[in-house]
Amino acid sequence: MTSQDNMSEEHLPEAHGAHGGELAVHGDAFADPGLPPHEHRRTDIDEHAAARAERQVAMWFLLSMVATIGFIASYVLFKPGPETGNTVYIFPLGHISRLNFSLGMTLGVSLFAIGAGAVHWARTLMSDEEHIAERHPIEATPEVREQVFADFRQGAKESGFGRRKLIRNTMIGAMAMVPLSAVVLFRDLGPLPEKKLDSTEWAKGKRLVNMNTNEPMKASDITVGSLTFAKPEGVEESDENFQEVIAKAAVMLVRMQPGDIKDKASAGWGYEGVLCYSKICTHVGCPISLYEQQTHHVLCPCHQSTFDLSDGGRVIFGPAGHPLPQLQISVNGDGYLEALGDFSKPVGPGFWERS
Amino acid sequence: MTTHAEPTSVGDHDDHQVGHSEAGVDQAHIGEKAADWVDGRLGVYGLAKANLRKIFPDHWSFMLGEICLYSFIIIILTGVYLTLFFTPSMGEVVYHGSYTPLNGIRMSEAYKSTLDISFDVRGGLLIRQIHHWAAIVFVAAMLVHMMRVFFTGAFRKPREINWLFGFLLLFLGMFDGFMGYSLPDDLLSGTGIRFMEGAILSMPIVGTYIAMFLYGGQFPGNDIIPRFYTIHVLLIPGIMLGLLVAHLILVFYHKHTQFAGPGRTEKNVIGMPLMPVYMAKAGGFFFLVFGVIAMVSAIASVNPIWAYGPYRPDQVSTDAQPDWYMGFSEGLIRIMPGWEIRAWGHTLVLGVFIPLMIFGLVMIVIAVYPFLEGWITGDKREHHILDRPRNAPMRTAFGVAWITEYIILLIAGGNDLFATHFNLSINTITWACRILFFVGPVIAFTITKRWCIGLQRNDRDKVLHGRETGTIKRLPHGEFIEVHAQLSPEALHTITAHEQFQPMELPAEVDENGVKRKVSLLTRTRAKLSQSYFGEAAQIPKPTPEEHAEITSGHGHH
Repeated sequence: MTSQDNMSEEHLPEAHGAHGGELAVHGDAFADPGLPPHEHRRTDIDEHAAARAERQVAMWFLLSMVATIGFIASYVLFKPGPETGNTVYIFPLGHISRLNFSLGMTLGVSLFAIGAGAVHWARTLMSDEEHIAERHPIEATPEVREQVFADFRQGAKESGFGRRKLIRNTMIGAMAMVPLSAVVLFRDLGPLPEKKLDSTEWAKGKRLVNMNTNEPMKASDITVGSLTFAKPEGVEESDENFQEVIAKAAVMLVRMQPGDIKDKASAGWGYEGVLCYSKICTHVGCPISLYEQQTHHVLCPCHQSTFDLSDGGRVIFGPAGHPLPQLQISVNGDGYLEALGDFSKPVGPGFWERS
Repeated sequence: MTTHAEPTSVGDHDDHQVGHSEAGVDQAHIGEKAADWVDGRLGVYGLAKANLRKIFPDHWSFMLGEICLYSFIIIILTGVYLTLFFTPSMGEVVYHGSYTPLNGIRMSEAYKSTLDISFDVRGGLLIRQIHHWAAIVFVAAMLVHMMRVFFTGAFRKPREINWLFGFLLLFLGMFDGFMGYSLPDDLLSGTGIRFMEGAILSMPIVGTYIAMFLYGGQFPGNDIIPRFYTIHVLLIPGIMLGLLVAHLILVFYHKHTQFAGPGRTEKNVIGMPLMPVYMAKAGGFFFLVFGVIAMVSAIASVNPIWAYGPYRPDQVSTDAQPDWYMGFSEGLIRIMPGWEIRAWGHTLVLGVFIPLMIFGLVMIVIAVYPFLEGWITGDKREHHILDRPRNAPMRTAFGVAWITEYIILLIAGGNDLFATHFNLSINTITWACRILFFVGPVIAFTITKRWCIGLQRNDRDKVLHGRETGTIKRLPHGEFIEVHAQLSPEALHTITAHEQFQPMELPAEVDENGVKRKVSLLTRTRAKLSQSYFGEAAQIPKPTPEEHAEITSGHGHH
């Protein structure tokens, strides 16, 4: 209502429509000339044109009926599934599911035709004469406003809310506390983080098992320039917690000429040029899978963080914030590659408690 | 309030008499009796009186909101069907089914049931595709509808709250879409859920706790799919339905906006009645939207989860892309440098956390804009006549800058696709997007503002000197001129109907007693903004009737 604003409102333009609706006054060429007279369409004045429009609308509705029958027929006749017998060649889409294509097209046509018929009906046969409706201000009149405020004051006074402070304060306290029960109830959504993110399944003496063949590996199995994915010994796909374990323990093995390894500490953590790095990107946890064997760079396909495996897993491009953790490996008495312990740093994305 | 009610539509009053029991009551009588029955219990006649012949103005852009409404209905209809077949469980099964390439593979029940919907339920694939396509259309339509409302100033008083409802629908729609495409638990969407874990972990102090609570333990756990399911099919759609109803009630209550034109004022609304024209047009349009989406779903595959395989945290496919509406957040995360601050045994993962914050900022900016502009103009009046975008250059430029930023981020989100398709270096694209992130909106803003002012100048010329006809005339003394034609009174009125604000002036530095006035920083900011919005550099004064009379009264040649 009244402006609480301390600033002048003189810069506001004149209320729009103050002169609106008036007929053109001589001298003001911009005045509202008023709603132009209605122009009849052909279907309004020509009975034949109207009859033709009616037939067109009916044709759309008939088409819809035919398409619905087609939909039911397709449902009964065609089989679902990916077998080649169930596909149909449609240019330029290629081989697509016969059932999906026929159901979709018939359903689409049956719906579209109803819409087209209705819109055509509205555009040709229903009156297109424009009507004027008045708008009324949304704000209440000052009398109503006063009445509402008076009623409210009356109600507030009768409740004694403002006067009886003890009731007010205890009620606010109770209302503020009661949602705490709801918050507490959410506690069992999951466990506390504790140190869960800091460790993986890797431990001293665990052999590296090839992810594809499920066999323990010897250094000789890994050729220079190859990329091999591995998991800790004893972890099986059928394990109940396999997904959680592999989400942290997945590693990749690369082998390079010992002379190519720039980071000497990193070389010492490997075995004869075989280096083992976490496969989980340190950005947001995607598995890294693209290896460039000439440069020893690995690229995460999700956000293109690029790591240099010959230089301690250093980030050389992209949004990752820290190097890929390296797993210290060696060979055991039987010549199999084994871990010398867990990762020294938590794998995967950074988090607040990560030191 | 009401329109020209047709007296013919009101029936014969004899029907209301007690004991009326004529043999062979015709259909109209039965219909009226049924209506009376309902009215006697719900009092619907008052509502019907106000709304049956309610007037809606006509403009093509007003149907954008309808696309949102209809695609939302399609999503609900198809979504209910999908729940009948989908199993929201991460329990592991070994697949033996009609899609032979995956036989013997371990997968979650969620993934298996999605395969079954796609390959064993007749029409299941179609409904899945309609559901997904409708979701894509839904968010796109909301964004475009919002742009329509933005660029025409339809968000101004009294519609700011409805703007907020619309914003919340867009925001919730995006997230419900994300959860929806995550439910099949395929390799692509699982990667999205992993990304979400990384984003949550980046939050200082609370990150690991929220992640553990949300996933019910360590990633991926067994809870996230069933939890997303409840949120996706019940919680968010429930809230959205409420917001949608409120949004529509307000559209009816405020009555629709209209563009300036002959006869159209702030105090009226001119158009055609709901019954029958808009019932047929808008009702028919539902079927058109549904029909087109069904046909698209018949021929264009979306989210072929069987091609991706079930989710495994140690596997990934290249070209991993979210649905388009999440693309701009993907772009933010891809162009951000990997900043991390490590100190006192803690890590602040700025490289992920900053994009998360900017994501919120990009969204919030749209939500609060109406209030910002209302504050700058100080305008407290109702507005029902729409602005032409050129007549609000700052607003239009701001909107275009926002869209530019959005598109740059979309491109950044698909930098790998641009690299492989156009044979470019991914590093170059990423760096270009990093620079454009800051420069692009500024350039877009400047160009748009100048463009708007140019169009205003053009309008002014048209009003004062008429429209160029393309006819060249040679005058007796040899000079060639182009004949200009006067605009019609309708066009003159339409082009000059907009209002122009004067920039806010600060009070004099010292008051009448020579005492230095205290002007708060907020007031000074507001005056600066007002100057940039309505100062001389931001608008061309529209011609006055006097100027027009002076020029046209001389003679018509120029």
